[in-house]
Amino acid sequence: MSAYHRPRTLADALAIRAATGALPLAGGTDIHAIRTARAGWGDPWRPEILDLSAVPDLDGIAETAEGWRIGARTTWTTIAESPLPPLFDGLRAAAREVGGRQVQNRGTIAGNLVTASPAGDGIPNLLVLDAEVELASAGATRRLPIARFLTGYRSTALLPGEIVTALHIPRCDGARSRFEKLGARRYLVISIAMAAGVIRLEGDHVADVRIAVGACSPVARRLPALEAALTGLHPSELPHVPQPAHLAPLTPIGDVRASAAYRSEAALVLLRDLLAGFAR
Amino acid sequence: MTALTVNGTRHEVDADPFAPLSDTLRVGLGLTGTKEGCNAGDCGACTVLLEGAQVCACLVATAQAEGAEITTVEADDPLLDTLRAAFLARGAAQCGICTPGMLMAALDLLRRNATPDRRAVEDTLGGVLCRCTGYLQIIDAVLDVARGNVAPAATDGRVGASFPRVDGAPKVAGTERYGADAAPDDALWLRAVRSPHAHARFTLGDLDAARDQLGLVAILSARDVPGRNAFGIMPDIKDQPVFAEGYVRYRGEAVLGLLGTREAVAAVRDADLPIAWEVLPALSGVAAALAPDAAQLHAHAPGNILVRGHLRRGDAEATLAAAPVRADGTFRTSFVEHAYIEPEAGYAQPGEDGAMIITACTQAPVMDREETARVLGVPDESVRIIPTACGGGFGGKLDVSVQPLLAVAARVTNQPVRMVYSRAESMASSTKRHPAILHARMAADAEGRFTAYALEGDFNTGAYASWGPTVANRVPVHASGPYRVPNVLNRTRAVYTNDTPAGAFRGFGVPQAAIATEALVDDLALALGMDRWEIRRRNAIGKGDTTPSGQVLHASAGLPDCLDALKADWDAMLARVAAHNATHRRLRLGAGIACMWYGCGNTALSNPSTMRITLARDGTLTLFNGAVDIGQGSTTVIGQIAADALGLPIAALRQVVGDTALTPDAGKTSASRQTFVSGRAAQDAAKALRARILALANAGDGARLSLDGTRLTVADAHTTRILDLVALDADLTAEARYDPPTVTLDADGQGVPYATYGFAAQVALVRVDTALGTVKVEEIVVAQDVGRAVNPLLVAGQIHGGVAQGLGLVLMEEFIPGRTENLHDYLIPTAGDMPRIRIHLVEDPEPEGPLGAKGVGEPALVPTAPAILSAIRHATGVRMTEVPVLPHRLMERLGGGEPPPIPLPSLAFGV
Repeated sequence: MSAYHRPRTLADALAIRAATGALPLAGGTDIHAIRTARAGWGDPWRPEILDLSAVPDLDGIAETAEGWRIGARTTWTTIAESPLPPLFDGLRAAAREVGGRQVQNRGTIAGNLVTASPAGDGIPNLLVLDAEVELASAGATRRLPIARFLTGYRSTALLPGEIVTALHIPRCDGARSRFEKLGARRYLVISIAMAAGVIRLEGDHVADVRIAVGACSPVARRLPALEAALTGLHPSELPHVPQPAHLAPLTPIGDVRASAAYRSEAALVLLRDLLAGFAR
Repeated sequence: MTALTVNGTRHEVDADPFAPLSDTLRVGLGLTGTKEGCNAGDCGACTVLLEGAQVCACLVATAQAEGAEITTVEADDPLLDTLRAAFLARGAAQCGICTPGMLMAALDLLRRNATPDRRAVEDTLGGVLCRCTGYLQIIDAVLDVARGNVAPAATDGRVGASFPRVDGAPKVAGTERYGADAAPDDALWLRAVRSPHAHARFTLGDLDAARDQLGLVAILSARDVPGRNAFGIMPDIKDQPVFAEGYVRYRGEAVLGLLGTREAVAAVRDADLPIAWEVLPALSGVAAALAPDAAQLHAHAPGNILVRGHLRRGDAEATLAAAPVRADGTFRTSFVEHAYIEPEAGYAQPGEDGAMIITACTQAPVMDREETARVLGVPDESVRIIPTACGGGFGGKLDVSVQPLLAVAARVTNQPVRMVYSRAESMASSTKRHPAILHARMAADAEGRFTAYALEGDFNTGAYASWGPTVANRVPVHASGPYRVPNVLNRTRAVYTNDTPAGAFRGFGVPQAAIATEALVDDLALALGMDRWEIRRRNAIGKGDTTPSGQVLHASAGLPDCLDALKADWDAMLARVAAHNATHRRLRLGAGIACMWYGCGNTALSNPSTMRITLARDGTLTLFNGAVDIGQGSTTVIGQIAADALGLPIAALRQVVGDTALTPDAGKTSASRQTFVSGRAAQDAAKALRARILALANAGDGARLSLDGTRLTVADAHTTRILDLVALDADLTAEARYDPPTVTLDADGQGVPYATYGFAAQVALVRVDTALGTVKVEEIVVAQDVGRAVNPLLVAGQIHGGVAQGLGLVLMEEFIPGRTENLHDYLIPTAGDMPRIRIHLVEDPEPEGPLGAKGVGEPALVPTAPAILSAIRHATGVRMTEVPVLPHRLMERLGGGEPPPIPLPSLAFGV
């Protein structure tokens, strides 16, 4: 049987990761599901595991000089229940939509990111928060913007010796965020499409706006043209702005949940709903 | 070793640190109260508390639970006890397989928040799937606890009383034993290797060498089947092999059986086994299978047509041609997965001289015995089937699954063998609801009286026959709906394909047909400018009317009463819709209505039940009840009927259920027959026992019985006698058999297919987001003629559960072989998807039934889907002809992102 490591310090964890390339395990909500899916068709999978659950200082949310540091192992429930400014309203809304309560109690924000599913509910929110991912290895620590960390469908820039240790969210005083998720049932549902947005007003006009759509491309995407079109507007004007051309960065596919054409239509509606929420 | 603290007790357990905590609790510590439904975090059955917070134990590596406080359903906890009592009082546990998870989720909530509102309860239960209850009784049970409002345990178990299920206590304690929960310690583990291809030939290499190399006890294949390598529901169509013989007809077909330790069989990589595949083009869907050049999948089925169904009465074609008002349409439905939360599981124990005992979850022990005996090549009597608790069935556990595989393995090794299907295996290999393509036509006269109906229906029966003939024969009888229609021509086919076998699923094709027919009824109402309730009321079949089979309904035909009971709800719904839609463009309300009828029992075939009741000399009163309770509550209902007929309280009655060695044959738990058929047999048996007792005591008919130990007191108006049971020469036993009277159908489907029918109507209120195509069902009001509600609490549970499955069928459920073989791609309703449900019970007594009762379970499902479709149409003007109505399908029909105009064309009708 492959080894199972459960180190008690980050240094040990990084040393094991460097030496063995063992698969980092945190909340396990994806890894166990993958194991089951493979075993179901006679493909037993028991990789060497690097269990990060005993490593201190990997969870919790702390305010820093530049903004906030969210520990990699911070669960959705912690995010949903932490006192955070309106900048995090969208991420907190997503935290209540990931799986059921059981998954929210175990699933972690870094796990959602590293799995790099097109339908990961955290990812569009991290994109609009301008989050950076903190990657530690035995020799160094580096940071990458989310959009550079996610390199494609279920693939990331995580190097063999690296572990995600935190996410950094820059301060954006006065900003607030929202999240819209669409699924075919109320709970426990993989998103058909989703939209996330951060907005900061100066006076009664939009000074900063960041918009992203998920589940409509291999990696959730920001929509720069839409962001440009929204900048400077009065909030009441926002819902009327999104147009099909703004969705150019998206490449939706058809699957068991929805057709590609529907995803485009729905993304537009979700964007309008998202922006209407800012107008209220 | 890992140290785990479970329910306050510290345990040392030897487990792979990566092993899911659910496995370690169940296998390592024997705490089987925690259930495994999917092992992927999709169903929540394994929910436990970890440091007080609910988690899926299947997603927690054992090492991660070290040092943490783990709470399981077995915990001794006062708040948990209150929840248990509330669950029982509310009927919140049906099959009980989700109950431990539900209890743990609720405990998590109530410890955090002692006064949650309904939304908070839904949020906390949203991660646990239930397939039986429709969630409402569970939510109410949790709210009862939050409000300090738990009903005291009921004591009145007489017929008509809402008595908590008699088998409920172990379900809420976590001590109920399902198929995967127990097996002999020395049992080998069996894992089936299944075809990943829908259509292929294969050759096997050296299995003995592979066995030795992989450290297995045996690798089983077709060569190891001692009897006939064939099974199937129909007596004359045993078309499915236990192990495929060089040729597979669907993805999921068993090819090999791996026998060994649990670890050894799990460690085998299927790709490493000596199977050489030659993949063939697969016939997916009936169009492919009916193509002129299609491969013939079975020698006995030219053109891949398994069977045709037919019913003709009057002249439908001529009437349709001449009718002033006509409607027609082509409708498509999908494969629907039963999604019972308990995957198939059980174990086999070999005995001397060919004997075999199979202990497994099932709906049909006597049929399992026949199938297993044939496969073993032994007489039926050599096989004993002992049903475990059944964690949901809905028709999917009528066919054998693990039974023949286990039997072959136990025979070959002469050792006990156990097997637990994975979720993927269960979904890929087990039967489904038949996808249907239905072309229906219907006509009415100028006054809105139906004059003709015609149906051509093709049902995709998949790779093997299973219950395909039953569907093909039941649909023609029911297709025109519960209406007076003098001219009917119905033709159906069950077609073999390379898809997953379709079999029995709550309603046997009638839910599919109702989708088509009820849409046409709405069409006719629209064409005539009639209200949709009005046209149904005008045509509702009732007492004295003749069915398309030529059967005159002499009694218990309460559809007119059902519709009358709904009239006020219907009018109120229409008013609400009109008021709302006058001012809302995007979120549109819609009201819908549908009716149904459903014959209880087999279609024009004998389907007897025999029941035995014994009052022993030691004072024990036992009902030997062969009717398996799959969660719907037959043990309780049949017990109530028997106790009432005997004249003793149900608390005095012990039951032995479903064991083929101990109980007479009560048939299968299907076709809504157990309350009606087995209940009647139990009533007759109990009456016969009562007659013997009264004769012994020389007492009159009205005598009151009471039992105290071995003293049976018989008191009538004149005298009181005490019988000392110990002094009797023998135990007092009575047995009765009941077979509902039917008459074989002739070539035109004329006869008496069923002794009685259930009737129901439902109205639905939906909210459609016309910009996204999403549908939320807000309310369903049900009126159902149940003959007599033996136990209104359990009847309500059946109706809620039927509505939930109907809602899933119409809005989200679509099994696609190879694509949706898990519970996150295949969606069933969650606690947040249910509408409010109100119920009007109509009790038009069935003279054949016990105290007037008839079947309840399937009728509850049938009208829901068409009522919701009718409501979607009312909201949007779109007649959907394909289910499930996924958001993208509705949007395609709505024609883009712009909201529909006001007023909608649909508002012209029904308002």
